[in-house]
Amino acid sequence: MVTASDLIAMAAFEEGRHAQAFPSFGSERTGAPVVAYCRISETPIRTREPVLHPDLVVVQDRTLLPILNVFSGLTEDGYVLINSSKRSAELGLSDLQARQPAGHFMTIPATDIAREHTGRTVPNAVLLGGVAALTGLYRMESVGHAIMARFPGKVGEMNVAAAQAAYDLVVSKQKESQNA
Amino acid sequence: MLKQIEGSQAVAQAVAACRPEVICAYPISPQTHIVEALSAMWKKGELGNCEYVNVESEFSAMSASIGASATGARSYTATASQGLLFMVEAVYNASGLGLPIVMTVANRAIGSPINIWNDQTDSMSQRDSGWLQLYATDNQEAADLHVQAFKIAEELSLPVMVCMDGFILTHAMEQVDIPEAADVDAFLPPYEPRQVLDPAAPISIGAMVGPEAFTEVRYLAHHKQLQALDVIPRVSAEFAEIFGRTSGGLMHHYRTEDAETIIVCLGSVTGTLRDVVDERREQGERIGVLSIVSFRPFPAAAVRAALENATRFIVLEKAFSVGIGGIVSSHCRAAMRGKRFICHELIAGLGGRDITKASLHSYLDRAVVDDVEDTTFLDLDRELVDAELAREDAHRRSGAIPENMLRDLAAREN
Repeated sequence: MVTASDLIAMAAFEEGRHAQAFPSFGSERTGAPVVAYCRISETPIRTREPVLHPDLVVVQDRTLLPILNVFSGLTEDGYVLINSSKRSAELGLSDLQARQPAGHFMTIPATDIAREHTGRTVPNAVLLGGVAALTGLYRMESVGHAIMARFPGKVGEMNVAAAQAAYDLVVSKQKESQNA
Repeated sequence: MLKQIEGSQAVAQAVAACRPEVICAYPISPQTHIVEALSAMWKKGELGNCEYVNVESEFSAMSASIGASATGARSYTATASQGLLFMVEAVYNASGLGLPIVMTVANRAIGSPINIWNDQTDSMSQRDSGWLQLYATDNQEAADLHVQAFKIAEELSLPVMVCMDGFILTHAMEQVDIPEAADVDAFLPPYEPRQVLDPAAPISIGAMVGPEAFTEVRYLAHHKQLQALDVIPRVSAEFAEIFGRTSGGLMHHYRTEDAETIIVCLGSVTGTLRDVVDERREQGERIGVLSIVSFRPFPAAAVRAALENATRFIVLEKAFSVGIGGIVSSHCRAAMRGKRFICHELIAGLGGRDITKASLHSYLDRAVVDDVEDTTFLDLDRELVDAELAREDAHRRSGAIPENMLRDLAAREN
């Protein structure tokens, strides 16, 4: 999660923008619920407060949904990307999907895509590819470079392929819903 | 080189560029990433002839740093919170012996109750230790201050603490222009110690001094700190000349020139406050921020010059002195001796509590018309406090305060 927000910041940085990524510093153990934030701006970012009104919420682990209101403060035209093979209704999020603009809510089976491409179940890179397609916040190419910079070699290449697969999946889902 | 980088990594790379000769370290959150990064560089052979000493405690880290520095080696360590407290006896010795050790303090709360999150109680507890204390407003300044700290420390033969807000800075990834080794070489001359422990020419240091000269030795400690008031701005100017950016110095002014209200602060809350000031300026309020970089020595004359034309000043502090209140604010009031002033104390961000713009605005709405208590705890949960006070009134055996309060909070959730 923390890595994901770092990589988003790296991608934005590569595009010449200012970015600030920071974790929400909870209990220090792997597997504990973690929130990580990222801000992107054309101008230097000074504030240190947490992101209270996100334009994008990425949920890596859908088992958090019943425990935390992870969508608290989401802006009216904000985006939601959830790691799940289920649809919004199955996740109990039909209202949320209806509230946000069309095409701003999506679920992708990021863990499955990660497993397929990397042999591991870490969905970070996959979701970053998904975000690039869903929001246009940064280019797919930039996130590819960010992944390679952080994970040089084979691991990076597999993750870039996984991110690209997620990117393609989101684009095809967008086309599907436009045609529907 | 401009990088998108975690604050801790940026500091580690800046320290590496200073060619430290001995690094003694013991890990503690939120400082750990810094020494981890340095140890990784050392392992890859990127630190030249530097010795990296893994020690078994913070007390050893400072003791070994003292030994290393006394032999004439450029010495670095880092710590936080309980780790800093554990090394305190040696911290005082480092300054008393005049050893120019540079230490990062990744600011974190002090227990009990145990708390791993940010505030500045740890370094504030060492304000009288004889070390210089510089507080970084952001990660660029955190990196740059380390380069300046070695120069200031070695020129004065005094140790320097570079204080950076734990997690908020150490774990934040943002743009930092990392000081390049070539520029650092041009800026920072090799360390020329005033005293050297050398087996070839044995001496002893650390003499016992009785009443006949103790006052004079202590006076000189004070005198040297006051000399730093000239050295710190000069080193900042020299840094700007070589690196092309302004970092450090005694303090930073932001829109204070015509301000009726000036908020005084230390560290990373500067950024949030500058945003708040811009938003309030848009409404026509004359308000500014004064960020103190050098808390030791305390630049009293410069603080006075900055504050004396304002109607009021508000001191935002991430620590306080239990039983009296604000620490930085008492310093500011001392600086304003003989002047008329209004001072409000705002204690905020303790133990990692978020300092939000919304809370600052609602406090400032009242503070700029002086409708606040002398000392305010930002976002204090009065209900939680009153429940505990009522419990203590009702029963002698009311139990432990932290556990009681956590139980009350859990009950609220349900």
